Amino acid sequence: MAASSSHISIRKIDGISRIDFVDRNILDEVNIHQISVELMKVIESEFRPKMVVVFNNVDHLSSAAFGVFVALKNRMDSRDGQLRLCEIKPRIREAFAITKLDRIFSIHDSFDAAVKSLN
Amino acid sequence: MSEPATVFEREYTLHDLRTGLEEVHEDVASALSAHRYDEGAAFAIRLAIEEAVVNGFRHGNRNDPSKVVFFRVRIDDRSSCFEVEDQGPGFDPKAIPDPTDQFNIEMPSGRGVMLIRAYMTEAEYIPPGNKVRMIYRKPA
Repeated sequence: MAASSSHISIRKIDGISRIDFVDRNILDEVNIHQISVELMKVIESEFRPKMVVVFNNVDHLSSAAFGVFVALKNRMDSRDGQLRLCEIKPRIREAFAITKLDRIFSIHDSFDAAVKSLN
Repeated sequence: MSEPATVFEREYTLHDLRTGLEEVHEDVASALSAHRYDEGAAFAIRLAIEEAVVNGFRHGNRNDPSKVVFFRVRIDDRSSCFEVEDQGPGFDPKAIPDPTDQFNIEMPSGRGVMLIRAYMTEAEYIPPGNKVRMIYRKPA
């Protein structure tokens, strides 16, 4: 099953929601809000949701986008779900490290590795 | 050996978040390339400009559509300087909670200033705090 908004695509694979970004730059506040709404909808629609967010298409990410992922993780935790991030380019990975968000997210090199880490 | 590129200097008046900002990003990227800044520098500078301008509109001008953000840039072969000035009352950057503190780490906002400081060589908030001057120096 696949669904898409203008900014992300959502694919359901063996009970796991795979999220890919359409845009290379996740900077615009309106777009970021739309992405947030879409992702929250996925979480709310499932019991103990499992989600893998794939960043391989993303070149730039703003602090507002980081905020969306923090809010997403908080919501996922409250729903007893599991969130994984993967395929983050080195420069964006560095930004996760600078903000120490790499300590609260489960980040993996590949989609397969992220899926394997899910319980 | 080729001639050094001409110093790039320009001022912009931004009326909202997207109008004009793409032009800024394009002009700056082009000037950085002409002055042989590498991809890492271009990434850092784009991120810092984006964060500073967003902060100017959102926190400085409080999204007031009658207010603008001024952006000034100077790029040469060794360093680049960017000034972002909003029309708000200013703020004390020391008052921003540390977003990496364990009690703040799960807060969804408050990381923009930290990213600016991390990616730029210098970032100075000029009192009353409605103007930030950001300098990037190429590594020696």
